[in-house]
Amino acid sequence: MSKDAILGAIRRGLKRGPLPADQAAMLQGRLATHPRHLIPARSRLPRPQQVALFVRNVEKEFGTVERVPDLAAVPAAVADYLAAQNLPSRFVMAPHAELAGIPWKDRPLLEFEARRAEGSDQVSLQHGYAGIAETGTLMFPSEAGRPVTLNLLPETEIVVLRASRIRGAYEEAWDLLRAESQDTRSGGFMPRNVMLVTGPSRSADIEQTLELGAHGPRRLHVVLVDDDPAALPMADADVAPPVSVPGGPAAPGD
Amino acid sequence: MHVTSPAFKENAARALANPGLQKALGTAKGAFLARRAAAVAALPEFERLREIGRDIKNHTLANLDFYLEAYEAKVKAAGGQVHWCSTADDARATVLAICRRAGARTVTKGKSMISEELGINQHLEAHGIRPVETDLGEYILQLRQEAPSHIIAPAFHLNREDWEADFRRLHTDLPADRVFAERRDIMTEARGKLRGSFLAADVGITGANFLIAETGSSVIVTNEGNGDLTQTLPRVHIALASIEKVVPTLEDATSLLRLLARSATGQDFSVYTTFSTGARREADLDGPEEYHVVLIDNGRSNMIGTDFQEMLRCIRCAACMNHCPVYGVVGGHAYGWVYPGPMGSVLTPSLVGIEKTALLPNASTFCGRCESVCPMKIPLPKMMRHWREREFERHLTPAGIRGNLGAWAFLARRPGLYRLATRAAIGALGLLGRGKGAFRSLPLAGGWTGGRDLPVPEPGGTFMARHAKTRRQRHA
Repeated sequence: MSKDAILGAIRRGLKRGPLPADQAAMLQGRLATHPRHLIPARSRLPRPQQVALFVRNVEKEFGTVERVPDLAAVPAAVADYLAAQNLPSRFVMAPHAELAGIPWKDRPLLEFEARRAEGSDQVSLQHGYAGIAETGTLMFPSEAGRPVTLNLLPETEIVVLRASRIRGAYEEAWDLLRAESQDTRSGGFMPRNVMLVTGPSRSADIEQTLELGAHGPRRLHVVLVDDDPAALPMADADVAPPVSVPGGPAAPGD
Repeated sequence: MHVTSPAFKENAARALANPGLQKALGTAKGAFLARRAAAVAALPEFERLREIGRDIKNHTLANLDFYLEAYEAKVKAAGGQVHWCSTADDARATVLAICRRAGARTVTKGKSMISEELGINQHLEAHGIRPVETDLGEYILQLRQEAPSHIIAPAFHLNREDWEADFRRLHTDLPADRVFAERRDIMTEARGKLRGSFLAADVGITGANFLIAETGSSVIVTNEGNGDLTQTLPRVHIALASIEKVVPTLEDATSLLRLLARSATGQDFSVYTTFSTGARREADLDGPEEYHVVLIDNGRSNMIGTDFQEMLRCIRCAACMNHCPVYGVVGGHAYGWVYPGPMGSVLTPSLVGIEKTALLPNASTFCGRCESVCPMKIPLPKMMRHWREREFERHLTPAGIRGNLGAWAFLARRPGLYRLATRAAIGALGLLGRGKGAFRSLPLAGGWTGGRDLPVPEPGGTFMARHAKTRRQRHA
């Protein structure tokens, strides 16, 4: 009832009836092809610089990053980080196959349970799906192996992200998800929840002054696994000229 | 929400005489402006993105019926429900019915301006359900039983001392001698207070910054994480969204998101940008079992095809009010309804009628800063002028002003007479004011000189006369 009234009022305002079939088909085509708009030039960089931009932007937003050579180096990095922050060596871990495959036994003092997070968990170890260099943003699509509560309830969130999963712009991360994800319920690719996280939780509600640690994590720490030889930091002499200068013109629709 | 816009002048006078408010406005004003300017300067493509944003919204509004139906189909496919509501009454009844079916006693809430517009909290309270605002700013306003004074920073009108005093007065279960040395201590106390509510709530209600037709997603943008806790932990999630929130694709939403945070808080991107699509999947370990979208019209469809259609492009970033010299001295409450500042001066008359709100589009000097910073390039001054025209046409303008406007229009349409009259007027003023720099008061212009002095015209004639003289000299 309300639906007909609302659609009727919109069509009266637009001075037309329901869209003719050919025009509706055109719009269906726009939804299916989801054309890109202008993408800022800042993230259109060679791989090493793109990963460096990601790291810089995470740090600019008050996150921290440690680069490690491979997944086997993760337990030591996590143990050292927790010790340095004076945190207990117990955490809730995302039940993700990639994290389960890490040689945790190398650090027998680390205790963890693979499950969703509860209110009493102080530290979470989350699986990073992708990183977006443009703004230092982490992408977390929900699935059984990547519960949403790990991004929200603990005061400290540690994210294991592979450097090969870093993209320049949001649009590239969406395309990664479109290509890899299959949602059984809707038949589409969108899981129930996708969080784009840029730095730890904060609020500026008191006198418009930023304070970290509102309701979500106070600390966001990324353990970046250098699994992408093309993305390793270059020695200064080897730095290739950027394909596109940040601040220069961007290619529309790319 | 009760409309006090007819008392705008009294509200504004009270605001100007309120030292606490003036202090808060002074503290807050610079922060947003400097941060926005820096974020915009760091993105050379910003201007082109504004044009793209405008075009995306225009395209969507021209096909709004199509995109809303496409959106609904995708929500259903993902196991969610869409409830179409023409009026605020429909929406309140729908929300209450969902909460009752869920057996809800406590409902957590993310910050939502449409919830303020609908009066959801009052309606739930009247029916025995406890709503808990979880955004830090909204939380203290709920304690104070006040409305937000800003659309992204609800407690814009409060000082740190106010927070501390209210927390001491109302959190009586905590030790009286606790110390609030820093802003962080205030935030930590609120975090501790709200944790229990997050975990206990039966239903979580959020707004939506965007709806996406391609995927059937609702998007919220927050910094605190309270909106995400609200929509993740309870068994039922209700997203409140007005019809103009829909955009076609993820790419469209992404382009608008590049504008939103930069224009609002001056961040490159907000901390949490979250896309919710339907109910918990079978294998998921968390997330709500029910997902409802309450899709609200409440007067917006009537704006389509009118002079005010472009207002529906608004993405609620608040740049217009942050940059408005009027908002900057009177604050948000003076405007008398949910939406303050320039965007409110256009939207409020559209939603509650020009009869009660005619003073709002008049509370502008047409300086144009709002339009110059609007990420959606909404011509706010032009639309305020349209409202002034409606006000005049409907004889809502007071007789005195109407008479003066009539006299001015009579002269303005007769250029010869206009020049003669202005020449006589400034001649007389020049004579009267000889020797003094400015008039402190003038007969028939008390309203104007009450707040400022009128400089005595300099010798040399009217602007038109001087302009003509200069041109003659230049061509001689």
